[in-house]
Amino acid sequence: MSGAHDEHGHHHREPESVLSLRVRALESLLVEKKLVSSEAVDRIVGAYEQDIGPHNGAKVVARAWVDPAYRQRLLTDGTAAIEELGFGGVDLQVVENTPGVHNLVVCTLCSCYPHALIGLPPVWYKSFEYRSRAVREPRVVLHEFGVDLPESVEIRIWDSSAELRYLVLPQRPPGTERLSEAELANLVTRDAMIGVALVPPPTAAAR
Amino acid sequence: MDPVPSREIADMTGQAALPRKNGELVFDEAWQGRIFGMTVAMSHEACFAWREFQARLIAEIAHAEQAGESSSYYERWLQAFEHLLADKGLLDAGALADRTHDFETGRRDDVF
Repeated sequence: MSGAHDEHGHHHREPESVLSLRVRALESLLVEKKLVSSEAVDRIVGAYEQDIGPHNGAKVVARAWVDPAYRQRLLTDGTAAIEELGFGGVDLQVVENTPGVHNLVVCTLCSCYPHALIGLPPVWYKSFEYRSRAVREPRVVLHEFGVDLPESVEIRIWDSSAELRYLVLPQRPPGTERLSEAELANLVTRDAMIGVALVPPPTAAAR
Repeated sequence: MDPVPSREIADMTGQAALPRKNGELVFDEAWQGRIFGMTVAMSHEACFAWREFQARLIAEIAHAEQAGESSSYYERWLQAFEHLLADKGLLDAGALADRTHDFETGRRDDVF
């Protein structure tokens, strides 16, 4: 995926594609007619790329990994701790994964989800299948997501509601001792904060 | 203030669903982000209702599938957007062809 977000496409080393030229022509015409402004387009792309993704939640997780006092506050009172970082508006309980306990979040009734932290819920989260099976056979569901936990690990299911949302604090992967807080945040995925994935070590990370 | 993503757009389902990876939108090339942004911006300005564009997009995808075209999601999006603008009288096909030619030949090089 690297290179996908290179500035605005005009610094390509390869010759610019026909489609790219056509879209630039289109933008140039629409700007000329004052139907759009390039600044508005920039802001929209930025907002959709970032606000919809799991960036805010990832920042919370990374802070908890590097700051033990913050981690403690986060686990004691999630709502207050996320407000410290400027993310509010939701009653939140944070549940911590440990070598012996793995947490999985579901909303059996509908699709309650901590939007402010991890963006919009994926389609599968809202599916009847996930909502029912996560409770009934979490180990099988986790296996289907590619997570195979030893039998000795206890799996705890957290059922979100309109009043209280849950966020999983994943385990910090090994080999990340020298990473900065921002680099750590880049490793944290939405799925890890729902509990259907582990945070991969940096070498295996997709980005 | 930054625009707040609209559920109507972000939660489109079926074949119209926005390409994502790990929940985040994926733009494989910069132009895909630009065309997405332009479409959303014009719907914000009420040049058209989002559902109008969405219907065009769905029709364009169905048409491309039926014709066995291997075009990408955002190529189909671009088609749908151009057609919608043309029908609204907001874009002249000839003007777009001329302007594209200007960019191809380097006569213009506006930076976006």
